[in-house]
Parts: sequence; structure tokens; C-alpha cells
Amino acid sequence: MIWVPAHPGWLMAAVAVWLALWGLNIGFAGQGGRAARAVVPVLFGMALLVLWEGVVRAYEVSSVILPAPSAIAVRISQVLPMLWGDFVQTVIKGAVTGYLIGAGAAVAVSVLIDRSPFLKAGLLPVGNFVAALPIIGIAPILVAWFGFDWHSKAAVVVVMVFFPVLVNMVAGLAASERMQRDLMATWGASYWQALFKLRLPAALPFLFNGLKIASTLALIGAIVAEFFGSPTVGMGFRISTEVGRLGMDIVWAEIAVAALAGSAFYGLIAVIERWMTFWHPSQRV
Amino acid sequence: MTRFGPVLAVVGLIVALWYAAAVWMNAPWVYDQAARANQKVEFGQLLAGTMAQSRPVLPAPHQVAAELWKGVAGQSVTSKRSLVYHGYVTLQATLYGFVLGIGFGVALAMAIVRWRVMEASVMPWAIISQTIPIVALAPMIVVLTNAMGIEDRMVPKAIISAYLSFFPVLVGMVKGLRSPDQMQIDQLLTWHASSAQMFWKLRLPASMAFFFASLKVAIAASLVGAIVGELPTGAIEGLGARMLIGSQFGEPLIMWAALFAAALLAGGLIVLVGWIERLAKRRMGGAA
Repeated sequence: MIWVPAHPGWLMAAVAVWLALWGLNIGFAGQGGRAARAVVPVLFGMALLVLWEGVVRAYEVSSVILPAPSAIAVRISQVLPMLWGDFVQTVIKGAVTGYLIGAGAAVAVSVLIDRSPFLKAGLLPVGNFVAALPIIGIAPILVAWFGFDWHSKAAVVVVMVFFPVLVNMVAGLAASERMQRDLMATWGASYWQALFKLRLPAALPFLFNGLKIASTLALIGAIVAEFFGSPTVGMGFRISTEVGRLGMDIVWAEIAVAALAGSAFYGLIAVIERWMTFWHPSQRV
Repeated sequence: MTRFGPVLAVVGLIVALWYAAAVWMNAPWVYDQAARANQKVEFGQLLAGTMAQSRPVLPAPHQVAAELWKGVAGQSVTSKRSLVYHGYVTLQATLYGFVLGIGFGVALAMAIVRWRVMEASVMPWAIISQTIPIVALAPMIVVLTNAMGIEDRMVPKAIISAYLSFFPVLVGMVKGLRSPDQMQIDQLLTWHASSAQMFWKLRLPASMAFFFASLKVAIAASLVGAIVGELPTGAIEGLGARMLIGSQFGEPLIMWAALFAAALLAGGLIVLVGWIERLAKRRMGGAA
């Protein structure tokens, strides 16, 4: 029977630790406060890892199927230089470059079309529609155009982040109130002064909303594009080749790097948002 | 007309730009052919030559439309060349994943609204789960479902699209279930409503607007999940697999047709969800 563990002790220990952490969590969550908000999710994550480790050891799950967290940690420490190389290739060169270009272009275009109500009325529905499309499908096309190196990955990311940022930014430029714009006019502000002193700051909360959505899309785009052809370095390349060689611990190591990079990217945007839009009600906690 | 005019103008502009780009990007091939045959190329010949290549760098819009039409109407529906067939395979995975994602998202939202410890411990991880690029996880999901003895290729794809679609539902439902204000809650308490009655008669109906708004995001995410799920899994059926095949065999027309089929599918699904929303609103007595 598959469901009878080979080493029940590991399973029981894991479940016991899990229950203990869960009990601790209920206590912390009941208290509330700043410290609890940080501690509770960490404990929850640890509990999951312990459960994972326990199940793998108890059932003697083959490392070809699901390696234990401890085994993955050991492997990560062994292949750090390789992981770093993949990280630089995919995240820094592919995702971040494309993200900056795509988001920059979207902001520029939104300012341009904001001057023409006709273009705005036409581009917004189209942009909304395109933002919902599986844009990921253009990855093979762009890889064929721009070659296997990071340029094609950056191009995919540019296209993926462009529309979410554009749609949010156009909405943001319309966010300043009539009264505020009239006030600017009474002070004799030029178009550019009104743009930089009122409308761009007022658009920031919307812009960051789009930038946050785009940050996860950027990583997805960069990794997917590598499935369609890449040099022999990069996270997507490593994942697809190591799955073929049954090197599951390396794949999980890459997933850990991807998770870390994705969370850090998102976190960085959130920190910048907090710093730049401290005046917005959603930031006053 | 006032609504559609600008949209049509923008779409027309895009198509015009596309044609110009097709001429520009396909021209080198025409010049190359002409140089080999020792001929000079007139402008008219150049135009014609860039519009009808079998393996263009950028196919012209009418070529894509023709290929799409051939794939949809030119084949019997069961044929492996039929885009209807491949679209159906992807649609199935999308819908299974969508339903799975809705179920999971709603259940989690209910638990989060009910118990405080759930919110504190699960919510941050739900956010982190979406910052993990799903494509990195996708191959592992395939390996794991295989190891559990599930042969059906549908299952990993459905799990991947559920992974992408549960999050918007979760966020929308948490917001929606919390949307009744204190006054309304107090009103029900004065009527001595149990917590189950509170849920069914106040919180759930109040959350419906949020629910449908997030469904539209979720169905699009779900389709992306199904397509991404086909890429690294060695699938041979489905729109994602079709793109992969087009890429590997250097057949840009197949790739573009699959891409547009996916776009049409996405548009259709979003319209369908909007339609269901209107229907549900009318049934629940809201303003349609």
C-alpha cells in the first residue's frame, strides 16, 4: 500500500511540529500588532516546509520525484555560482531590461495619447483587450526575430508589461480632480507644469498598481521565452534541461531562486511605492 | 458610432502599421531572391513578394487570417490540423482550471473572512505564490502528477491554470465578503441572525459584484495558464503545443494562427463571463 509510511516516526514528528506551530500561530494572530503580522506567515511557511520534509522522509519519496527541502538546500549551496549566472542572464539582462524599457515606453505613450481624447477612446478598449490576451504566445515569434540571447527575452518582456502599465497610467492621468486642474489653471500653469506638479504625482498610485502587475509578468515572460531557445545559461533553459535529466533538486533550486527574485522584485516596487506615494490613503496604515 | 469610431480607427491604424512592417521585414528575402536570379526588383514586385511568402519573417494580416480560416473552417473538426480541435483541448483545461480556481479561491476567502489566523498566515503566502513565476513550477507539476499515477495530460494543465486563476478570485471575494457595512451587520444582529444566515443573506449577495469582476480577470489568467502549461509539458495537442510546433519547425504561419486563435478564445471567454454576470444580476433582482 502506498499510503502506509515506511518511517511513521518522521511523519508523526512532522505533524506534531506542524500542529505546534499552528497553535502558536493562533495565539499570535489573536494578539495582533506589527510583530505578529511578520511572525505568523513565517511560522506558517516553516510549518509547510517541515510537513514537506516529514512526508518525503516518511514515505521515502524518490528524489527524482520530490526532493526534501533539506536536500534542495544542500544542492543550492553547492551550485551557487551557476544559479547566480542563470539569475543574471534571465532576471537582470532579460526581465529587468525589458521591464524598464516596456514600462518607460508605456508611460511615454500614455502621456502622448492623453492629449488626444480620440486616441484615448480608441486605445483604451484595445489596450484592455490586449492586456487580457495570452501575450505569452508571441514569445516564439520574438525569439525567431531577435535571436537566442537575452535581447529576445527582453523584447518579450517589453510587450508583456507594456499594456498593463499603459492602461493603468492612462487611468491615472485622468485621476486628478477638476477642481485641482482648475486651480493649476488659475495659477497660470503651463501644460508641462500641470503635468509634472499635479497630474503625474496624482497618477502614481495607478502607475504602481500597473508596475506591480507587470513585475510578475516580466519574470514569466523572460522564463517562458527561454523555452523557445536560449544560450546554455538562464533559468528557463536550466529548468527545461534539468527536468529532462531528472535533476529535480536543481529544478527546485531554480524555483527557489525564481520565487526569491519574484518576491524581491515585487517587494522593491512596493517599497518605492510607499516612499513615493506616502500621501495616498492606501499607504496610511 | 461615437463609441466604435475611435476603436475602429485605432485597429485600422494597427493593421496599416502591420502591413508596413510586413513589407519592411520581408523585403530582404525578396531582394535576396532577386539577386540570385540576377533581376532588378520593381516596387510593385517588392510589394507582391512581401505579401505572399510561405515562411515570412512577419506574415501579412491577410495571410494570418487565411491560415486561421483554413485551420478553423478548412478542416474537419476532429482533424489534428484543425484549430477548433486544438482550441477545444486548451479550452477544456482552461475551464477545469477555472472551476478549480474559483472553488479554491472562494473556499480560502471564506476561511480568511471567518478566522483571523487564516488571514494572517495564508494571505502573505497567497501573494508570494503569485510572484513565483508559474512557468518555473509547471514542469514540476507535470512530474508530480505523473508520479501519482495520473496519466491524463489534462490534470497538470488544469492545476497550472487554477494556480493562476485562484488569486484574483481570492482577493475579490475577501473584499466582497467584507463589503457589508457595520450598519447592515448590526441590522441582521438585531434580527438575531446566526452566522450562517449572516453569510447567506448578507455577505454572499453583497460579494457578487466583486466576484464577477474578479472572474473576468481569472478567466483570462486561466487561459494563459493552460497555454503555458502546454509549453514545457511536451503536449502535442492544444494551442500552446501548436505554437511550440510552429516555432520548432520554422512555420510562422502556424504560430500566428494559433496565437490569434488563442486571442479569439480569450475574447470569447471574457464576453461569456460578462454575459453570465448580467444574467445572474437579473436573477438576483439587481439592475441589469
